[in-house]
Amino acid sequence: MSTAPAPAETAAVRAAIARHSNEPGPLLEILHAVQGELGYVPPGAVAIIATALNLSRAEVHGAISFYHHFRHEPAGRQVLRICRAEACQAAGGGVLQTRARETLGVDFGRTTADGRVTLEAVYCLGLCACAPAVMLDGEVHGRVTPARLDELLGGSS
Amino acid sequence: MTVTVWVPGDAAALALGAEAVARAIRREAGASVVLRRNGTRGLVWLEPLVEVETPAGRIAYGPVAPADVPGLIAAGFLRGGEHALHLGHIEQHPWFARQQRLTSARLGRIEPADVAQYRAAGGFRGLERALAMGRADIVAAVTESGLRGRGGAAFPTGIKWKTVLEQPSATKHIACNADEGDSGTFADRMLMEGDPLALIEGMTIAALAVGAAQGWIYLRVEYPHAARVLAQALDAARGAGWLGRNIRGSAHSFDIAVRLGAGAYICGEETSMLESLEGRRGEVRVRPPLPAVKGLYGQPTVVNNVVTLASVPGILTDGPAAYREFGRGESRGTVLLQLAGNVRRGGLVERGFGLSIRELVEDFGGGSASGRPVRAVQIGGPLGAYVPASQFDLTLDYETLAGAGAMLGHGGVVVFDDTVDMAAMARYAMEFCAIESCGKCTPCRIGSTRGAELIDRIRESRNAAADLALLDELCDTMISGSLCGLGGMAPFPVRSALRHFPEDFRPRAGRH
Ligand SMILES: Cc1cc2nc3c(=O)[nH]c(=O)nc-3n(C[C@H](O)[C@H](O)[C@H](O)COP(=O)(O)O)c2cc1C
Ligand code: SF4
Ligand code: FES
Repeated sequence: MSTAPAPAETAAVRAAIARHSNEPGPLLEILHAVQGELGYVPPGAVAIIATALNLSRAEVHGAISFYHHFRHEPAGRQVLRICRAEACQAAGGGVLQTRARETLGVDFGRTTADGRVTLEAVYCLGLCACAPAVMLDGEVHGRVTPARLDELLGGSS
Repeated sequence: MTVTVWVPGDAAALALGAEAVARAIRREAGASVVLRRNGTRGLVWLEPLVEVETPAGRIAYGPVAPADVPGLIAAGFLRGGEHALHLGHIEQHPWFARQQRLTSARLGRIEPADVAQYRAAGGFRGLERALAMGRADIVAAVTESGLRGRGGAAFPTGIKWKTVLEQPSATKHIACNADEGDSGTFADRMLMEGDPLALIEGMTIAALAVGAAQGWIYLRVEYPHAARVLAQALDAARGAGWLGRNIRGSAHSFDIAVRLGAGAYICGEETSMLESLEGRRGEVRVRPPLPAVKGLYGQPTVVNNVVTLASVPGILTDGPAAYREFGRGESRGTVLLQLAGNVRRGGLVERGFGLSIRELVEDFGGGSASGRPVRAVQIGGPLGAYVPASQFDLTLDYETLAGAGAMLGHGGVVVFDDTVDMAAMARYAMEFCAIESCGKCTPCRIGSTRGAELIDRIRESRNAAADLALLDELCDTMISGSLCGLGGMAPFPVRSALRHFPEDFRPRAGRH
C-alpha cells in the first residue's frame, strides 16, 4: 500500500492534525476526525500522522489496526451496523444477521458490489432492552424483525 | 393556553420511534403544545412513553406509535384524558413504584442539559456540600456509604479515592469509564443521555476530594446520542459556573473533556482505557502500579464507572448513612439492574441490593418476550456466567452471586428462552474473546480461538470426551495465564454452560 494519498485525503488528514495535535495524546482524536471527514482512514495517512506527531509509522499503524471502528477503505453510501452481542442474539439477532448477509450478499466488514451498503458488526449498542438492534447511518432501530430490516434497506437489492 | 408534552430523546426511545411520535404530536397539536425532550424513565418496554403535564401532574401514555397520535388527541390526552394507552402517573405504575430510585431518581424527569431544572430537582446540592468540606471528609463520606465500583470489579470507591488523595503529585486526573461494553447493559448510557449533570457533578466532587484539575470521560463510539447530550451538558455546567475555573466562585478549578473510544471491548478494562485515552493501542498494563498511583500520563488517577460517579452527589446530599441503609451485607446502597434480551418488560430497575433473579425476571420482566419458558440468564456481560432457571432464587448481590460461581458485573441481566443453544453461546464467548483480545497474553489471544474450535469438535463428536477434557484444561490455562479479566473470565460463561446444560454439548445428531 505505497500509493500516495489523494489530494482530498491529504487535506483531510492535515486538517485533522491541525485541529488536534496540540491536545494531549491526540492520535485517536485525529483518526476520528479523519474518518469523520472521509468515512475511512486512508493508508497514506499513516506516514503524514507519524511525522506530525513524531511517532513511528508502526505506532500509528498499530493503533489504527487495533480499533475495530476505523475503516481502511471507503464505506458504502449507507452503513448498516448489526449488533451481534448476547442480548440481541437472545431476541432473534441471529436470524437478522443471516437476513442482512443474504439480502446484501456480503459478509460483515464488506460493502455491496454496487457500493450501496457497508455491513458491519457491532457488539452492543446499549439497546439491549429493545433487542435486536441495528444502527443505520447513525440512526438507531430496536426490535428489528427481518421484514423491518428489508424496509429499512429500502426493499431493493 | 399551551400544554407541555414530554417525548424522550433517549436512544432506546428513538430506536422505538420516538422521533416520529414527536413529529406527529407537533403536526397534530400545533402551537398548543410545547414539546420537551427528556431522557427515558427506564421503562423501555413502554417506550415511546409520552407524558403530558396536567394540573393533576404528569400523565403518561405508552407505548405510543405515530398512528396513535390523532386518536390520543381526540381522546383529550392533552388534558390527561382516558385512552387505551393511558398509564397515569408513571411513578405510581407498579413497575416503577416497586423500585428504589436514588441514582436514577431524576432520570426522565428533566431536560438533560438544563441546569435550572437539574437544580430544581435536587441537583448540585452534593457539590455545594463538598465545596464546604475538607478533602478527607469527602473521601470519608464516600467510604462510609459503602459504595463499591459499579463498573464490574466492585472495589470500594472511598478506598480508591483515599489512595489518590494521598499521592503527592501536583497533577491528578478523574477518568470516567463510559465504555459500557457489556452486552445487556445500558445504565451508563441512560444516565449520560438523561441526567448527564449528575455525572458531571459526581466527577467534580471526586476532583475536589482528591485534588484533581482535569477530568476525562472515555465514551464508547457506539453512543453518539450520549456524546451529543454530554457536550451540551458540559457547556451548560460551564456557563452556570459549576465547571471550569473557580467553580461557583471558589478556589477550585476543574474541567472535563470527552474522548471517544473506537470499538474495542478491552478498552473498558481500566488500564487499557488509560492507554487508549493517551492515544495508543488499548493494550492492558501490568499492575502494579495501580492507576490510583500511576494512571493517566503516569499521574495518580481515579478511574470510576459512570454509575459509581453519578451515585456520589446523592450520597453527599442525603448523607452516607442514608445510602448505606439500602442493601445488605457488603453490598450496600442501590444497584441499577438492566433487564434485557428475550424479556417482555425490559428496562432499568434500581433497587437496594436484595432482589432475586426470579423477582427481576418474572415480577418485573414478566417472563420471556417470546412467551416460551425462560431457560437461563447471563449476568454481568460477556464474561459473566449463565445461570439456569433452577437457580433463580439467588439474590442479585456481590457475595451471593460470587458464592454461586457467577458475578454481578455492571448489573446486566440477559434473558434467554428455551430455544437457546447453550453450546453456541459458549462458543460465542470464546469467539468474542478472540475478537476482542488485546493480544498481550497467549492463552487469551490463541486459546480463545482454540476454545471455539474445541466446542465445534465436541459437537461433531469426533472424540467428545477427550475434547471436553482439553476444553477444561484450556479454561484453566486461560484463567491462570491471562493478565486481565477478558482472557481470565471468558471461561466462566463457557464452564457455566457446560455445567448446567451438558445436553447442549452432545453431538448434534444425537440430540432430540
Ligand atoms: C475486560 C474488562 C472490561 C471492562 N469493561 C468495563 C466497562 O465497560 N466499564 C466499566 O466501568 N468498567 C469496566 N471494567 C472494569 C474496569 O477495569 C474498572 O474496574 C472500573 O472502570 C473501575 O470503576 P468502578 O470502581 O467505579 O467500577 C472492565 C474490566 C475488564 C477486565
Ligand atoms: S487477558 Fe487478553 S485482553 Fe487481557 S491483557 Fe491478556 S491478551 Fe490482553
Ligand atoms: S446486546 Fe445488542 S444492543 Fe446490547
